[in-house]
Parts: sequence; structure tokens; C-alpha cells
Amino acid sequence: MAKYDKVMAETVFFPGANGDVIEGYFARPLGPGPYGSVVVIHHMPGYDQGTKEITRKFAANGYLALLPNLYYREAPGAEPDDASATARAQGGVPDERLVGDVDGASNFLKLQANSNSKVGVIGYCSGGRQTFLAACSLKLDAAVDCYGAFVVADPPEGAPLKVKSLMGKAANLSAPLLGLFGKEDSYPSPDEVKVLDDELTKLGKEHEFHIYEGAGHAFFATDRPSYRVEAANDGWQKIWAFYAKHLS
Amino acid sequence: MCTYITHKVEVEGSAKGSNGWFPTTEASVYLDHPVHAPYEHSLNIDFLNQAMGPSFRVAVELNPKDAVQLARAILEIVETFNDLVES
Repeated sequence: MAKYDKVMAETVFFPGANGDVIEGYFARPLGPGPYGSVVVIHHMPGYDQGTKEITRKFAANGYLALLPNLYYREAPGAEPDDASATARAQGGVPDERLVGDVDGASNFLKLQANSNSKVGVIGYCSGGRQTFLAACSLKLDAAVDCYGAFVVADPPEGAPLKVKSLMGKAANLSAPLLGLFGKEDSYPSPDEVKVLDDELTKLGKEHEFHIYEGAGHAFFATDRPSYRVEAANDGWQKIWAFYAKHLS
Repeated sequence: MCTYITHKVEVEGSAKGSNGWFPTTEASVYLDHPVHAPYEHSLNIDFLNQAMGPSFRVAVELNPKDAVQLARAILEIVETFNDLVES
């Protein structure tokens, strides 16, 4: 990494789906670049401190990073946990709106003076599924799915999320995909990961999947008991190598 | 595990949150990762009034075993005034 490592992180507003102006957390290195960019998609618990920390981590490692607040429309200015509860009660984020918000975030990043015009996406938990959705719907340069459920299978009966499996969109995957999963996870299960792996291989889509032993869902979340340091550390190394290859 | 399985129940009553007392209209009950409780999974209940806004929420994140005890306690007490519940 360059010796000049000053970064800046702040709340910004940018146009998302339907031109709606939404909130985002933008972290970036202050050097001249040019830098690759990453759209960070938060997990089901929302636009929280843990995901802002991840966004700053990308900036500290030489990427322009923007975290859209996907619940801004339902809950502007609300605490992240209240916003998440509201979004949950309303059935989650509609897929079409998610794609528009990621597109808006991607355009915002490309317009930065120190951008190299390459944009990747990464998402955690529900954001993992949304990462896959975005990469099948938009032209992106790299995608990282961290334990996203309901890519292969529909949500179970009684689930509040009004979403469906994304297998029908797999043929449209526009970017190389890195998948990071826990062997002890049920959503997605290792069997589901295998189905996706096989389908992408059949379709000739570039992808690289890792399933970590001793890790379940949310193993990257440092502020939760699900955190698994070995899986998370190795996962970060995989992310840096993947983005260095595709976003430089 | 994100189960995403949520039961929504219409709940008329009142709850006291950060903005003081407010009327509740519904409750969401779900098993998921807690925000604060020190467990990988908790039984969560949100008492909500969506019309008043996201901040009008009283949330609890319970050890699932304790949540079962709580549910039994509620049912035992309710049985003592069945006439009120059924009226």
C-alpha cells in the first residue's frame, strides 16, 4: 500500500432507484488514484456501525467505497435497528429498487475524480443475495457474495421477505463472482452453495467459492458472537486478491 | 442463520419507548441474530406502530429458552381471565 494513506468518510446523498435521493456512507482514499470502487450492501440489520466500519476498511485499502442506506426511504434518520425492523415488517427491499440503488451508487463512484471507472460490489447476509442480483442485472466488474441466502431457493413459508430465488438470472451474471460461505450456515446451506457452484460452472461463469469449516452465518461480523476470526481473516485476504485482480 | 421467519400479530395496547408511551398496532415475532443480546440467535419481539414511524418501536431480544418460559407465563395468566380474552 502507498505511504500516503489519508482517508475521508462521510454521509452523502445521491440518486438511487427512480431518481430518489438516498443516503449513503462514502469512504475513500484522498490520493490522486486512480482507484477501483466498491458498492457495499449492508446486511439485514441495516446501515449500521459494523457495515460502516467495513466501508472504511475498503477506503483504507485503496478503494472508493459507498454504502447505500437501503432502508432510507422507509426510515430516514432512524436508528439502524429501528429502520431494519420497519423494513422487515414491510417485507424487505424490493429487488427492482435494490438494483436501481446499486446502479446509482455505482454511477456516483465512477464520477469521482480519482476513480478508475471499475466498480465491484460486495454484500453480507441479505446483501449477499442482493450482490448476486445486482451482478446479474447491471454491468459490474467484480462481485463478492458473503453468505447470501435465497439465491438458489425461495424463502421458507412464513418469511416476510417478498423475494424469490435468483437462479433464473444466473445466465446474466456480468462479473466474476467470489463467494464466501460458512459450512455451518443453514441460509445458505452448503448444499445450496453447491447447486449455485454447479450452475455457474455449467453456464461458464467465472466464479470462486470458499466454504469455511467451523463458521456459520455472519462470520465477518466482528461485533457479534458469530464472528470467526480465522474464516474472516482468510476471507478478507481472498477479497483483497480478487479485487486487486478485477478492479485495478 | 437468518431464518427470516416472522409472525406478525395485530396487537392493540400501549408500549413505552424512547419517545414515551405510544399506542401499538402490531408485533413482529422472529428468531434471528440479535443486535444487542449476547447470543448467536435470539427470540425477538418488536412492538410497533408503523403509522407513527420507525422510532415508535419497543424491542426485546430474548434467550430462546427464556422466551418459551415467558410465553407459558403469559398463557397461564391469560387462562385466569378467559372471560376477558374471549369477550
